[in-house]
Amino acid sequence: MLKVNDIHTFYGQIEALKGISLEVQEGEIVTLIGANGAGKSTTLKTISGALAPKHGSIEFEGGIISGMPIHKVTQKGVIQVPEGRRIFARMTVTENLEMGAFLRSDKDGIKDDMDRVFEMFPRLRERAGQKGGTLSGGEQQMLAMARGIMARPKLLMLDEPSMGLAPVIVELIFETIVELNKSGSTILLVEQNAAMALAIADRGYVLETGTIKLTGPGKDLLQNEEVRKAYLGET
Amino acid sequence: MLASTIGQQLVNGLTLGGMYALIALGYTLVYGIMLMINFAHSEMFMSGAYVGLFTLQLLTNQTIITNAAKVLPFMSGMQSARVFFTGSGFGLFICFVIVFGVAMVAVGFMGVLIERFAYRPLRHAPRLAPLISAIGVSIFLQNAVLLWIDSKAIPFPKVMPVHDIKLGGGVSISTLQILILVTTLVLLACLDTFVARTKIGKAMRATSQDREAAGLMGIDINSVIALAFFIGPALGAVAGVFAGMYYGSVSFSMGFLPGIKSFTAAVIGGIGNLRGAILGGFALGIIESLAAGFLSSGYKDVVAFAILILVLIFRPGGLLGESVVEKV
Ligand SMILES: Nc1ncnc2c1ncn2[C@@H]1O[C@H](COP(=O)(O)OP(=O)(O)OP(=O)(O)O)[C@@H](O)[C@H]1O
Ligand SMILES: [Mg+2]
Repeated sequence: MLKVNDIHTFYGQIEALKGISLEVQEGEIVTLIGANGAGKSTTLKTISGALAPKHGSIEFEGGIISGMPIHKVTQKGVIQVPEGRRIFARMTVTENLEMGAFLRSDKDGIKDDMDRVFEMFPRLRERAGQKGGTLSGGEQQMLAMARGIMARPKLLMLDEPSMGLAPVIVELIFETIVELNKSGSTILLVEQNAAMALAIADRGYVLETGTIKLTGPGKDLLQNEEVRKAYLGET
Repeated sequence: MLASTIGQQLVNGLTLGGMYALIALGYTLVYGIMLMINFAHSEMFMSGAYVGLFTLQLLTNQTIITNAAKVLPFMSGMQSARVFFTGSGFGLFICFVIVFGVAMVAVGFMGVLIERFAYRPLRHAPRLAPLISAIGVSIFLQNAVLLWIDSKAIPFPKVMPVHDIKLGGGVSISTLQILILVTTLVLLACLDTFVARTKIGKAMRATSQDREAAGLMGIDINSVIALAFFIGPALGAVAGVFAGMYYGSVSFSMGFLPGIKSFTAAVIGGIGNLRGAILGGFALGIIESLAAGFLSSGYKDVVAFAILILVLIFRPGGLLGESVVEKV
């Protein structure tokens, strides 16, 4: 479904991605783990079109998407839930969700999906008329995910959805990811919480300073000694 | 005496404030989305007045701008139905709709072109660069009018019968003031509804709050920016035509003072905030008129800028400045 071929992305002179190749098959959960500054967010941003790779190409469903502006990539069904939530602070929860469905015009479908995300996150329903900026961090993360779901993504890319959240909420977020995947969404998940991410992932990639260091099925990476030492805090 | 002066200056101030509000919206819309002060916006106001004159000339076959045919060759030999100018009633109404419609569309497109060619290439440049480019556009437009149309002020023809209506207590309002106020309020209400309720309006708000996140929603940022650069100048153009009618003349430099006043109004209201710009516009218009009525008209600019300084000292975010703290 998604094929990233040897992309190099720069911030000015700094080469943040030094040749990343990865693949996501339809129906999979694929996770990208790595230390701070490894280039995980940069990879997602390059896929979504927020950044343009200097070399390399990105294919989605057989067509090249690299070099396209961000809103065109979104039109293809590749939806990124950005790091740090980035919800619209001065718009209500409902309006944020409407923005998630910006490209859709099926009024009934949008309403159904709105009900669906409110069922997933009942907290959001209670705060439907509240401004996004006044939500708690956990609620904002729920809103960011819900907003992504409203786009009916073919590929949903989540950038550290569990960052800074209490364990219960983290649990809820991961359950939601698994559920979304079961109901047909393909998922590319970037996480600091490597143990949980690898546990739910079909496959994983380990990033280190702009290159892919290891790859394999989630369960295998969980058992891998290097991974355990570096990312699961074992000694 | 005192009450009647206050009343009269309130009426005058509301009229003036309406024009400030229309212009201020253009500054605040663009600032909200681009974080840039469009210094060329005062020239959108001026251009609106000139487009209004050209359109009037076409509609009425009067010679208002003597060398209009030189500037726009197609205007020579163009004849139009004088039916539009029956003095009042339906013909006059249609005439207004056309004059304002043409001014809004023409100046709106001008705004879009200016963004496309003078600002967009500088989007990733240091913030000072588009600012300087805007000043360049402003100087260019003023001098283009000076050179090609007229260096002297052009009288704005009387297009409607203006008479005063007594409100009692020695206060009166003219039919022109009523027209200005009603049109302004209708336009402001339309814009407010557009931004609050429609999908595109919401997309504009989303873009002004987080441009990259808006892109991730599938919103085409360039279209939203172009739209802001259409709406702002279109509203400014309406104010320009009104200013021509109200003050009776139009000149290449007419944009300067209302431009900085309206920018002041936008800052007073909280730049980037649409309702703030409206509030700031009316507040400034009223305060200025009161200052003119009670001190002397020479003081009105002093008072206007004194208020700007006070607001900046005590409420740097403006009256309706953002109060929502953004969480990261
Ligand atoms: N806007 C930027 N300008 C310059 N350098 C940047 C920019 N954004 C990221 N970088 C650099 O690119 C590298 C990769 O950053 P990236 O944000 O992709 O890391 P990450 O793996 O997502 O880290 P984290 O886990 O902390 O989110 C880092 O060295 C970072 O300093
Ligand atoms: Mg990151």
